[in-house]
Amino acid sequence: MENRYKLNKELAQMLKGGVIMDVTTPEQAKIAEAAGACAVMALERIPADIRAAGGVSRMSDPKMIKGIQNAVSIPVMAKCRIGHFVEAQLLEAIEIDYIDESEVLSPADDVYHIDKTKFKVPFVCGAKDLGEALRRISEGASMIRTKGEPGTGDVVQAVRHMRKMNSEIAKIKAMREDELFNEAKLLQVPYDLVLYVHENGKLPVVNFAAGGVATPADAALMMQLGAEGVFVGSGIFKSGNPEKRAAAIVKSVTNYTDASLIASLSEDLGEAMVGINEQEIELLMAERGK
Amino acid sequence: MVVAVLAVQGAFAEHERMLDKLGIPYVELRKKEDLQKGYDGIILPGGESTVQGKLLLELGMYDAIKQQIKAGMPVLATCAGLILLADFIENDDREYFKTLPVTVKRNAYGRQLGSFHTEQEFKGLGNIPMTFIRAPYITEVSEGVEVLAKVDGNIVAVRYQNQLAMAFHPELDEDERIHKCFVQMITEASGTRP
Repeated sequence: MENRYKLNKELAQMLKGGVIMDVTTPEQAKIAEAAGACAVMALERIPADIRAAGGVSRMSDPKMIKGIQNAVSIPVMAKCRIGHFVEAQLLEAIEIDYIDESEVLSPADDVYHIDKTKFKVPFVCGAKDLGEALRRISEGASMIRTKGEPGTGDVVQAVRHMRKMNSEIAKIKAMREDELFNEAKLLQVPYDLVLYVHENGKLPVVNFAAGGVATPADAALMMQLGAEGVFVGSGIFKSGNPEKRAAAIVKSVTNYTDASLIASLSEDLGEAMVGINEQEIELLMAERGK
Repeated sequence: MVVAVLAVQGAFAEHERMLDKLGIPYVELRKKEDLQKGYDGIILPGGESTVQGKLLLELGMYDAIKQQIKAGMPVLATCAGLILLADFIENDDREYFKTLPVTVKRNAYGRQLGSFHTEQEFKGLGNIPMTFIRAPYITEVSEGVEVLAKVDGNIVAVRYQNQLAMAFHPELDEDERIHKCFVQMITEASGTRP
């Protein structure tokens, strides 16, 4: 499995500098691919609608996921509930390219995450801080994303999570080696992962931003804060002109430091998703699964 | 010697790491103005060819890079880069530079479960590590294209004049021989010293 895990981390490396878009139909998947998505996330309802509808949200219908797999040539990801290893087994059975064990869906287990080392397909997991990220990696995640607050169009939490992770990484990098053991204890993570962060100044897997990204400027903000790529969920297909907005976000991620280019990309995009402020939300999805 | 790395999307940092190890300076190509930087060779990295191809066109770099390749500038292309160079893509209507007279098949090994690592013979270099990630392979080559490596009977690396292209990712492994080979191509083409 060691070889498999390396290959799975390497697929995430190929996605870097790209935008992964939430899609709910083969038509949306084609729009996303044509707009320059480096992968799509197949799900039945985008986070904003899950939030609005309430109730229990689960893995999508495999037939719908297969429809999207057949519609595009780029990698297709899909979500399973936290701890729901059978949903993950089903996604592996239909040869999904990446499984997102996601807090956007209702958790199936409030203690245990999936033992992702038992799977051949790769997993991406959300994290609010370095401890969560390293715990997910020790469980076998081969890619990490910030949790952000899905379905809100409010980037504040993704920013908070990315900054927190960066400052914790910087702190570990600056530590003496004999302090790492205690840090591993405090973070509740294996020592060897803390040592990796100390020696390399980064996570051992690719780290994307996710949750609340709605504009080209949001995406560039996350890239400038150190994200290696961006997930955009509700921000695209909840906006006035999905094709144009999606393409603008893709270019903004490639040239994330070029303010004049991003300014011109941001013109006439139509209405952005309405969005909900953090204080107005009743359900904080980022608090699911720690 | 300066090498340009196409940096619109994908695993360009991995190629830059290789160039660092070899002590070769590089510039990144992200937009049209970057083409003025002055360089002696181009690396087209892995990633998603659909994304890279679209960005090359829309960020105004496509025509100039195509002309540079046709004029003989050395190119190293890996995975998605191979797709960008190919004359024909067997299972896709999209077309990009079309400077390499081969036909490729995209995602030829299937989805991520089909990704694999192996060590196989590469002409002139011996056995080298080869990592295939949702990789293509070459189904047909025209005359004048030198086949450099095959895996399970499928062509996975070729050279055609100034273009060195492969379906796998030498930038993901520690072996530097492919990049050294490319540096040699640049040296021969420009007559400069590395």
